Amino acid sequence: MSSNKTIEMKLPSKRQKNAVQNVSNRMLVTPGDVITEDTIYMKGHGTYGTNIEGDKRVIASVAGVVEPINKLICVKPLKTRYNGEVGDVIVGRIKDVQQKRWKVETNSRLDSVLHLSSVNLRGGELRRRSAADEFAMREYLKEGDLISAEIQQVHADGSLSLHTRSLRYGKLGQGCCVVVSPSLIKRRKNHMHNLSCGVSIILGNNGYVWISPLVKTATDSEAGDGGFDFDKEPVTADDRETICRVRNAILCLAKHSVMLYDTSVQYAYDKSLDYEAKHLLSDDVASEIVDRTLMEIDLLKGNA
Amino acid sequence: MAVVSLSDAEKFFIVHGIEDEGLRTDGRSCEDYRCIELETGLLSNTYGSSRLRLGNTELLAGIKIELGTPNPKNPDEGWVEFHIDCSPNASLAFQGRGGQELSNGICCHLSRIYNNKSALDLKQLCIVPHHHCWVVHVDVIVLEYGGNLFDSISIAVKGALHNCGVPNVNVSAGDEGEFEINLPDDPADVNKLKISSCPVLVTISKVGNRHIVDPTLEEEFCSHASLIVGVTSKGLITGMKKVGSGSLCPESISEMLQSAKSVGKRINSAFTKLMKTEKGIAKSVEKTGYL
Repeated sequence: MSSNKTIEMKLPSKRQKNAVQNVSNRMLVTPGDVITEDTIYMKGHGTYGTNIEGDKRVIASVAGVVEPINKLICVKPLKTRYNGEVGDVIVGRIKDVQQKRWKVETNSRLDSVLHLSSVNLRGGELRRRSAADEFAMREYLKEGDLISAEIQQVHADGSLSLHTRSLRYGKLGQGCCVVVSPSLIKRRKNHMHNLSCGVSIILGNNGYVWISPLVKTATDSEAGDGGFDFDKEPVTADDRETICRVRNAILCLAKHSVMLYDTSVQYAYDKSLDYEAKHLLSDDVASEIVDRTLMEIDLLKGNA
Repeated sequence: MAVVSLSDAEKFFIVHGIEDEGLRTDGRSCEDYRCIELETGLLSNTYGSSRLRLGNTELLAGIKIELGTPNPKNPDEGWVEFHIDCSPNASLAFQGRGGQELSNGICCHLSRIYNNKSALDLKQLCIVPHHHCWVVHVDVIVLEYGGNLFDSISIAVKGALHNCGVPNVNVSAGDEGEFEINLPDDPADVNKLKISSCPVLVTISKVGNRHIVDPTLEEEFCSHASLIVGVTSKGLITGMKKVGSGSLCPESISEMLQSAKSVGKRINSAFTKLMKTEKGIAKSVEKTGYL
């Protein structure tokens, strides 16, 4: 318990225009802005053209950053619902239990689907799903549960099919979930990390970040069973403090629109050790930590 | 009330964190509040107004005053009426008539706490005993709901009342025993209300076998019983209400009341300090508002 018990009440501060990084050489557009009138460019995601004869303009349809890839012009939106790609790792919350499938909330435009045949059941992988399995669905995953899964398929209407057919995925146990915008999660080869500070994080591509105590490696037979029963052992005080700190550090980074990946989260954690975990919630401490993290990342880029 | 859903494991994590270590998911201890942002006097078409932000909860309070006839039981007193609007923008739970029950509950609790002698001296609202008095209408609109609604509404109301200026009328005797009430020409000719003993509501939620102050939406989901206590700046408890489906035993109630008293005193002193600061910088700084 801290001895500093004053309640902070202050006047609101004017909204600061945070300097957006690395934008000087890129174009920021809003819907309706003309990107180019050159005919050599093809229109990609986030753009459209009027189909009028003689009108060759490429116009932005979302607010975001223009990304030209050779002759293709796309606009990557700054704030959007999650658009899934096959192979993405996501963290989702079960919304509904239906016949032979679960509906999962993944911060996308439509609910994602997790079929009964796409999960690992107790008793081996190749077992045929019976009627008994169908009735026992709620015992495994019920409304409100969090799962980590991979996207198997993207349907024509944009809805996602998930699967947890690996020992790495499945129901999540004790820990803390932070929601940030999906555009802040950097696409990497690996999204599940064990940070050196002693917690493991899953940076879901859909913006849900899961922080939990270190996952024991699946060397014994019970571990990595897809998380049928969560570990009811209370989390230690040190782990809890670290989880709080990582959570607040991620929220600071998200507030300042810094891309989230294992290195940036690790650096933000290190820089935050000078302050108490709960003080990271205030604006001035948050900007100080973000500035120092960005400096460290630039140094790393400069050396590389 | 909360629309958030949590898994059993997350609930277990939150409850054990509070019970064993007294550490909540955002690093706060059991008696810590999130940072409160309060601003008064931003609406020019009201007699008093305030805007409050506590975590993800955002409110706007406005005060309008009108003439009324005093209640024959208390002929030399005016009164205060409350109206809370839980906007459907604030939360999914408030869509349609969902927010009605909650807002009625808060209104009743606030009226009970304010319309008594220990909170607000209602005699300052009297113009002519038995004939005319001021009726203060306090309207609060909830723009965003992020947990802990009662406390934030009470602080916003106190801020708006602090900012409120009652016009300094002069009464002259008209014909046939009627009184003529003349408003002053100068709109700045107002009397400020004395709100030093107005209470602030403190919500204490029971989670596991400990209690916490200022719960977030997730913590509200984990708590089954809460006490909402009205505390003045001197630590006097003016009213108490229990919400939630769970039960509380008498020992925990007395413990929770002790916490409420100390937390209430701290909120009131932080509030007074902030109002002094705001008064000090008054004319030079323009109001932040929503832009």
